[in-house]
Amino acid sequence: MKEQLKTDFEKIQKVSSFSSKDVETKRFYLNKFIERGFPNRKLENWKFLDLDKIINKSINELSFYNDYSTTNKIDTSIFIDGLEHNKIIFINGRIEKIDFSYEDKNQIEIFDNTKIDYKFDDKNSLIDLNKAFSNKYFKILIKKGYSVKKPLIIYHLTNEKMKSKNINLRLDFELEQNSSLKLIDFFNDITDTNFMNILYNFDIKKDSILKNYKIDKSLNKNIKYSYNNINQEKNSISETFIFSASSDYFKNEINCNLKGEYSSAFVNGIFSLKDNKQHEIRTSINHLVENTKSYQLIKSVLGKNSKAVYQGRIYVDSIAQKTDGYQLSKAILLDETSEFNAKPELEIYADDVKCSHGSASGSLNENSIFYLMSRGLNYKESKELLINGFLLDVVEKITDTEIRNLIKNMIGLTE
Amino acid sequence: MDTREKDIENLKDYKYGFTTDIENIRAPKGLNEDVIKFISNIKKEPKWMLDFRLKAFERFKLLKEPNWQKPKYPKIDYQDLYYYSAPKSMKDKPKSLDELDPKLLETYNKLGIPLQEQARLNGIAVDAVFDSVSVATTFKGELTKHGIIFCSMSEAIQKHPDLVKKYLGTVIPTTDHFFATLNSAVFTDGSFVYIPEGVKCPMELSTYFRINASETGQFERTLIIADKGSYVSYLEGCTAPMRDENQLHAANVELIALDDAEIKYSTVQNWYPGDENGKGGIYNFVTKRGLCKGKNSKISWTQVETGSAITWKYPSCILRGDNSIGEFYSIAITNNHQKADTGTKMIHLGKNTKSKIISKGISAGFSDMTYRGLVDINSKAKNSSNYTQCDSLLMGNKCGAHTVPYIKNKNFDSNIAHEATTSKISEEQLHYCQQRGLNPEEAVGLIVNGFCKEVLQQLPMEFAVEAQKLVGISLEGSVG
Repeated sequence: MKEQLKTDFEKIQKVSSFSSKDVETKRFYLNKFIERGFPNRKLENWKFLDLDKIINKSINELSFYNDYSTTNKIDTSIFIDGLEHNKIIFINGRIEKIDFSYEDKNQIEIFDNTKIDYKFDDKNSLIDLNKAFSNKYFKILIKKGYSVKKPLIIYHLTNEKMKSKNINLRLDFELEQNSSLKLIDFFNDITDTNFMNILYNFDIKKDSILKNYKIDKSLNKNIKYSYNNINQEKNSISETFIFSASSDYFKNEINCNLKGEYSSAFVNGIFSLKDNKQHEIRTSINHLVENTKSYQLIKSVLGKNSKAVYQGRIYVDSIAQKTDGYQLSKAILLDETSEFNAKPELEIYADDVKCSHGSASGSLNENSIFYLMSRGLNYKESKELLINGFLLDVVEKITDTEIRNLIKNMIGLTE
Repeated sequence: MDTREKDIENLKDYKYGFTTDIENIRAPKGLNEDVIKFISNIKKEPKWMLDFRLKAFERFKLLKEPNWQKPKYPKIDYQDLYYYSAPKSMKDKPKSLDELDPKLLETYNKLGIPLQEQARLNGIAVDAVFDSVSVATTFKGELTKHGIIFCSMSEAIQKHPDLVKKYLGTVIPTTDHFFATLNSAVFTDGSFVYIPEGVKCPMELSTYFRINASETGQFERTLIIADKGSYVSYLEGCTAPMRDENQLHAANVELIALDDAEIKYSTVQNWYPGDENGKGGIYNFVTKRGLCKGKNSKISWTQVETGSAITWKYPSCILRGDNSIGEFYSIAITNNHQKADTGTKMIHLGKNTKSKIISKGISAGFSDMTYRGLVDINSKAKNSSNYTQCDSLLMGNKCGAHTVPYIKNKNFDSNIAHEATTSKISEEQLHYCQQRGLNPEEAVGLIVNGFCKEVLQQLPMEFAVEAQKLVGISLEGSVG
């Protein structure tokens, strides 16, 4: 793989127009990645699902080369109907279109010359991979006091040209004071066995609100990794919702630094898996100052041969008094081949805090099924009704009504 | 001075911190085959035992010291330790207590463990381990009547080689992790218990561990076998003198419960924790593992961990027999610069197996406490269940409390429930107690004891009283 990485890297440099300084930085990260390779189970964070092994098993000869010089045709039929929205269209590793047609142009700025060298989790080799191979990336700045009117949907697409490829995406968002953004990541990639590596960085300034919804809905055989780094200032709110269902492998990592007082972070997630799917959510919420709050709710419904992992970590610094931290993970195992692993972790250095976590897993309650069947539903209907209610609980946490209804319909939940 | 104040006085000096001036026989310093042969030779062990040790040592040479744990410690030089130290008077083993070195008897009297049977209150049989050897076992006659074997490990190797051969290393094999393997190679003594079929052990069995010599590691090995339908309750206590150096204690404890048998293992660990500045103290790196081998068997661990500079242990249950039950009750208290990384592993292999984990952690001063636990329900462990509760209490913002549970459920018939909370003693509770006339320290003592009650209840009477006091004492000076 080492040679492959090197040759693919040089090939990309030939057809691309990065500045020599950028190439140098990229090469530095390439070497760093070559040194460490894909993360494997020896690393605590990857203990439950070994990415190195999964990639080796399901992707033959992963290629890192992408031709960024040719444009891709946009298939407009996949756009979400019934919801007016702004768009970013990301096809085959290229951002083809950034469209803020519903917004005041003076309030949003788009930069395409952000520094690569932003400091993230240093131990994560996938971030190095992203830095080495991602195409030009953009920073979107929402100006002071502006609330983006319509949600922004990022379409993650691939077409038949892509097979056994590594695709990297990096986007930065900055929300200036008292602004807000609703962001939907919509995955609609139907091609097979690609490895997608997505890195977002959010800087949320004072009094701002970020809502991020990730929807992995259409069945595909890709392997995906997404890393959200969120920095929050005073009074800011971040809300993340993850619907993790259809890729062969999907790991979502949320690293949230609550740096300002009265800031709060919410992470809600659903795993709805079957047929050999392996998904993971790992969160790390760092309470770094006083009076911050975090809340996490993860629910899983696991069918045949599927495996879900939730690793949630709450870190409370010694000065972060009056922290309120909560995590809850619940799983329903539907089949004897399904598996749920959890590692809800608390790391606390301050004494005046309220932190707790709960985790439960098991099968559907037979008594409830019996109750419903005695009311005239058949076994299948009763099961579906119970699962519906179980998952609805998480969707209800979505604060935006329009998007909540959209997601509810998409997943097929009824009230 | 009321008793409480006396207790506080005692604590300030760590009342078990004295040393006994006694002549020792030691193995040459360092770790090599010769030292292992020396240990085996001095104990007049048969060849198979020596082979067991050497096999473990071969394996040990390949292993690396683990470093994933939370409390880090300076590197231990394993060549700079004595692996065997015994009072000289033990060379020709005394036949009865009357022949025992009076200095040893005095030591145990000072520790509050009189070895003379008539002095015992309520018939707890004691096996006293001093540095590397077992010095005395009481109430042997009474136990023999029931067919119970309770003796030192060395004696068991001589007198009951079949049992030892059959079970030693079956729960903790010689190929286990670093410290367990080290123990398999160099273990010196410990207790051996065998409860025959259908016998309910009429008294509590207990071992008292004492480290006395300096620069010595203590490596004892305990093996408890409960045959079909039997029951035993076993207690373990530990102390060590105050020394500026850190001493290593790496014991192995193996429990085996056959069909319908029950083993209850309680520990009150009060090794020297080091001084206020974190100097000295014992490194308590112990491997404890129980195997519920038979149907309907039960193993229950109860531990009160108040001592040691670093505690790093996970008493575990392997629930192999159908309908077997594993329990773990723990109170861990760290103060000053103490560190603890403790918890349990419940591995469900059999059908209808149940496990319960109650862990209470209290950290004060500059200490750090981690609960780390694994609940693993195998795909064949149909209809199993686990309940885990781990609560932490923090006093001050210089200390830390961490919870790292690993939960693996591979069986859809099984249920796992896990809860954890971290909090401090609320002002309201303190206010209420003080309003009723308690001073702040008494109030904290009362609240902490309430917090620990679920675990303290599990201890046998005699231990519970001592443990309750210990809980109060360990936290002295952490409020206000």
